[in-house]
Amino acid sequence: MSDDVQVAKVLDLKGLACPMPVVKVSKGIKEVAVGEVIEAHTTDPGSLSDFPAWAKTSGNEIVKTEQEDKLIKFFIKRLT
Amino acid sequence: MDMQNLEVQFDELKAQVDALSKQTVENKLSMVVFSGDLDKVLAAFVIATGSVAMGMDVVMFFTFWGTPVLRDKKKKVGGKDVMGKMFGAMLPSGTGDVKLSNMNMGGMGTAMMKSLMKKKNVASLEEMLGLAEELGVRIYVCEMSMDLMGFKREEFIDYKDIGFAGVATFLQEAQNSKVQLFI
Repeated sequence: MSDDVQVAKVLDLKGLACPMPVVKVSKGIKEVAVGEVIEAHTTDPGSLSDFPAWAKTSGNEIVKTEQEDKLIKFFIKRLT
Repeated sequence: MDMQNLEVQFDELKAQVDALSKQTVENKLSMVVFSGDLDKVLAAFVIATGSVAMGMDVVMFFTFWGTPVLRDKKKKVGGKDVMGKMFGAMLPSGTGDVKLSNMNMGGMGTAMMKSLMKKKNVASLEEMLGLAEELGVRIYVCEMSMDLMGFKREEFIDYKDIGFAGVATFLQEAQNSKVQLFI
């Protein structure tokens, strides 16, 4: 399913409410090297608009977004 | 063009560049927390911590009704006058005492909201304050409000980056902040 992207780290943010997913992903992405991809799992529907907004502002790239029922998976590439 | 003319132009340009660099806007959020209501202070902290996640520096100025939210319930100070004692007793002593701005219903609404927040995994005000400290959010407490309400520095929470200041400090920060909010 996600074998076309090499994931360096998986962040489990399931069950967390605003602003926690964004706060934690901003910390988590700093734990991988620039150019690497992290996979973040959330169940907060707000993150569907918040993660792209965060990525754009912080200068990172959402490579892919997957949804399975309530679970949302973001594949984010660290650019800065 | 002769040399003298060039020199004049150079000086003019230099002055303009200097003036511009003084106006540089930083990637910073300056926020006034005027309210002492649970919902509004919570919103303030959600925005503050979210801003750090977005890569911004954050400064919060607690003034008026926002001031007692930062008192520490465990810290007792003496030597207050009658008015100071009265304000001290009537105003909330820390995050645990603050109430909803709406539907408080004698404390029942606030208690219900708190249990609902727990159930829905929404961070409490105490947790948000701890997170803000961890993320390096700077906090200033308004000296004038403290003086009015008879609060002393010794009764405020232990927070890594807390300061006591006045309006000029807020404006100095706000002036070069991308975002300014009043809550």
